[in-house]
Amino acid sequence: MNNELPATDPRVKLLAAKIKKENFKPDALIEILHSAQNSYGYLPMNVLAYIAKALHLPPSRIYSTVTFYHFFSLKSKGEHTCLVCTGTACYVKGAQAILNELEKKTGLKAGQVSADNKLGVQVARCIGACGLAPVVVLDDEVQAKVTTDEIINKIIDKIGTK
Amino acid sequence: MNRQEFKDLVIAETEKTKNSTCKHKICICCGAGCISSGSEAVMKKLQEEIIERGLQSEVEIIPTGCMGPCNQGPLMKYLPENSIYQKVDCSNISQIVQSQVIEKKPIEHLLLFADSRERPFSNADEDPFFSKQLKIVLKNCGQLNPERIEDYLVHEGYRALDKALFEMSPEDVIAEIKQSRMRGRGGAGYPTGLKWETVYKYVNDQKYVICNGDEGDPGAFMDRSVLEGNPHRVLEGMAIGGYAVGASKGYAYIRGEYPLAIKRFEAAIKQAKKMGLLGPNILGSNFSFDVEVRIGAGAFVCGEETALIASIEGKRGTPRPRPPFPAESGLWGKPTLINNVETFAGIAPIINNGGEWYSEIGTPKSAGTKVFALAGKINYSGLIEVPMGTSLREIVFDIGGGIQGGGEFKAAQTGGPSGGCIPAEHLDVKMDYEALVNLGSIMGSGGLIVMDQSSDMVDVARFFMEFCMDESCGKCVPCRVGTKMMHDLLQKICDNNASRIDLERLEELAVYVKEASLCGLGGSAPNPLLSTLRHFRNEYETRIGKYEEKHIEVPQTSEV
Repeated sequence: MNNELPATDPRVKLLAAKIKKENFKPDALIEILHSAQNSYGYLPMNVLAYIAKALHLPPSRIYSTVTFYHFFSLKSKGEHTCLVCTGTACYVKGAQAILNELEKKTGLKAGQVSADNKLGVQVARCIGACGLAPVVVLDDEVQAKVTTDEIINKIIDKIGTK
Repeated sequence: MNRQEFKDLVIAETEKTKNSTCKHKICICCGAGCISSGSEAVMKKLQEEIIERGLQSEVEIIPTGCMGPCNQGPLMKYLPENSIYQKVDCSNISQIVQSQVIEKKPIEHLLLFADSRERPFSNADEDPFFSKQLKIVLKNCGQLNPERIEDYLVHEGYRALDKALFEMSPEDVIAEIKQSRMRGRGGAGYPTGLKWETVYKYVNDQKYVICNGDEGDPGAFMDRSVLEGNPHRVLEGMAIGGYAVGASKGYAYIRGEYPLAIKRFEAAIKQAKKMGLLGPNILGSNFSFDVEVRIGAGAFVCGEETALIASIEGKRGTPRPRPPFPAESGLWGKPTLINNVETFAGIAPIINNGGEWYSEIGTPKSAGTKVFALAGKINYSGLIEVPMGTSLREIVFDIGGGIQGGGEFKAAQTGGPSGGCIPAEHLDVKMDYEALVNLGSIMGSGGLIVMDQSSDMVDVARFFMEFCMDESCGKCVPCRVGTKMMHDLLQKICDNNASRIDLERLEELAVYVKEASLCGLGGSAPNPLLSTLRHFRNEYETRIGKYEEKHIEVPQTSEV
């Protein structure tokens, strides 16, 4: 795997502290990955290598765990994220049409990030806000009973153009 | 804190509430739904308004958990009159305070109201949405501040734990739960008392309690609301469970998608520890119990108990064959009691009121109440709790206020991707575990999605199959390959590109996947398909008919 992490990076310090807090226990792997993704926004390969070394786990075990769970991402999710809920309640209320139109208007498919890394489009299986369907989460903020135009306008407000 | 100190504290807190100078209470729903609708800004504005008018000593503002009708949020409840205002906006706060608090006149056009009702009710309890419910698990959600343990103590909080620890033996607790005839609320409906007894019987120096809060069913948000609205109730249930089976450590596995639930539950653990209601020698007894939160990372299969255990151990969340069941060999190979959030939340009332009381609610085979998450094309979508055996018609039309936009009821989907659809002709079904299985669906965790005539049932089946295909962990072949093949066939039908042979193949495959899969995910993945085939076969036939029209030439009768 690629280069080592700079020890002066505050994110590395945070990660080291978390690993220490969990007593270097391999069973806390998922907790540690959560914490790493919180500070990095995603899980870069060198971070995974660092965790593998610290927990004395084979890198393959880390990689297999990371790729198993939807929550973890090996790629940057973009500076701003637009997450469309496609759970049943949202589906019944037309989430698929919203997603299709969003994909058309942004030119990004679900799971992709724009070339300038400004915007990422994602889908979720259900965020549990079914009473407010259809919902879209813009940068961790839940938007209730949305329409595509509303979302497009909010995205434009956030990233300026497009 | 020992037992006496606990009792004194409860008395002191109760007195404090009784002697409060506040004649008016305004509860603001701070469940995740209402927060998304802007309830935090509303609360801030209300606080400013109260200070501006100098009413601080008369009006108490309480941020609460979920009140129920989430789609009408932000919700604000005025007590003691019990008037609920819907879609409260910062701009009408001043008007509400003036009219409701000062002039004692409710503002009718701002009250909670569904289109199908004749008029709004100034006392919300008269609204069928509330009057037809029976709240046991959700009793204090929407009443107390979930971030204050003192509020919970005033509402009988930790009384059941105290009773269990000092007045009951573990055997008594298990007997009480058995007598209540409570069944696990995670979906399968296994008798809770029996499960507790099994774990109790295995002798081991270390046992575990796990609370399953990995609510992965799309369309279900009961566990989320319980964890957000009354986290201490769940914690108390877990501690009682730990005492009954002889476990000293508990884990609460909560979905990563529920940050607020995680935050409140963690805060609850901290408060309980500080008061000595959790940790070593609880209330001065010999019983020690500690709880830790584990955050899920987005895998539907982790709702399956053996997969969840693997995930807590920091591994890929793949299930393993049972037996041995977790009760015998669970977390790190130790006997483990694993129950759903709603199950644990229902324990304290049973200990407080007795198993007999609980067993008299509901139907002969399914005792107690069930929390449902209503969503879809319905006027009041949100959280409700009804006795088992309540008819679907009552739930959809009386409580839920009927179909949105005056549409026609087509089907209700229960049990998420493991469940099925209940068509209009079975609206009078009494909702309990057995009745739903008879209709080809399951109770599941309690998601109930209402569909109107605009829903295409073949596409619904495809939607759920896509979900199962995506979420299959890949360990066993029938599920990994079978869900993919069934999805592709369903897609073909949706595109009007499938022949009769495809449909036959699909039906054949459904049986194989159901019978041969390792865990419940694959075993129940064909359910939405089978139930839509059973109740809406004509929709499949229509699409196949379209294909046949195009591709099969009708032999011309030749004239001789």
